[in-house]
Amino acid sequence: MIRVQRKDFDVGAEIAKLGAGNHAIGGIASFIGTVREGASHDGAASHIGAITLEHYPGMTERQLKAIEGEARARWTLDACLIIHRYGRLEPGERIVLVVTASSHRQAALESCAFLIDWLKTKAPFWKLEDTAEGAHWVEARASDDQATARWQTPPKAAE
Amino acid sequence: MKLLYFAWLRQRIGHTAEEIAVPPEIKTVRELIVWLKARGPGYAAALDDLSVVRAAVNQDYVPLDHPVRNADEVAFFPPVTGG
Repeated sequence: MIRVQRKDFDVGAEIAKLGAGNHAIGGIASFIGTVREGASHDGAASHIGAITLEHYPGMTERQLKAIEGEARARWTLDACLIIHRYGRLEPGERIVLVVTASSHRQAALESCAFLIDWLKTKAPFWKLEDTAEGAHWVEARASDDQATARWQTPPKAAE
Repeated sequence: MKLLYFAWLRQRIGHTAEEIAVPPEIKTVRELIVWLKARGPGYAAALDDLSVVRAAVNQDYVPLDHPVRNADEVAFFPPVTGG
């Protein structure tokens, strides 16, 4: 399941809803991305405050569904949730939630890490940072591409 | 053709979306870029450095040699920074 939304989400409620009634689930992994205050994401500016996330409506949903499909093809998952916010977000606010549930912890943890890495390089979002020197578009980082690339070889043990 | 621009490409070009009848001799994304750059300084500035320009056709990422048709939705944007 994927959702693209302006408003915040309730992490506890989302996780509770995702696993409700499915007793085959043995482990639930989650990741919450938040807006970091301080050093700029790519080091090009001295300090950031709020960020504004722009996205490509339609393509965002399409690509998030594709990313979820890729995770489900690689691991046996009982449930999978990606929520990604857009618009202006202040430091400390939640940006993204990824939750994966499986009968075994390895599939849940690995697929959660995979989804976060792939979101960085496959989800059509762009971050505009407020800095002391003015608004600044965050540049994609080579380290994010490397993080995605490590998943190019499918895991040896899928379970 | 429906054209969409995002992030700093949108800012340099000056608008988010437009419908343009593209000449039939434009067959690929790269040819479309060359044609767009001749439309004005904003386009030329936005599409100057192709190492930082990415494209999507009908909401899928494509390389610059991908074909385009007038019925397509084509988007240009910098490398994405999601998550």
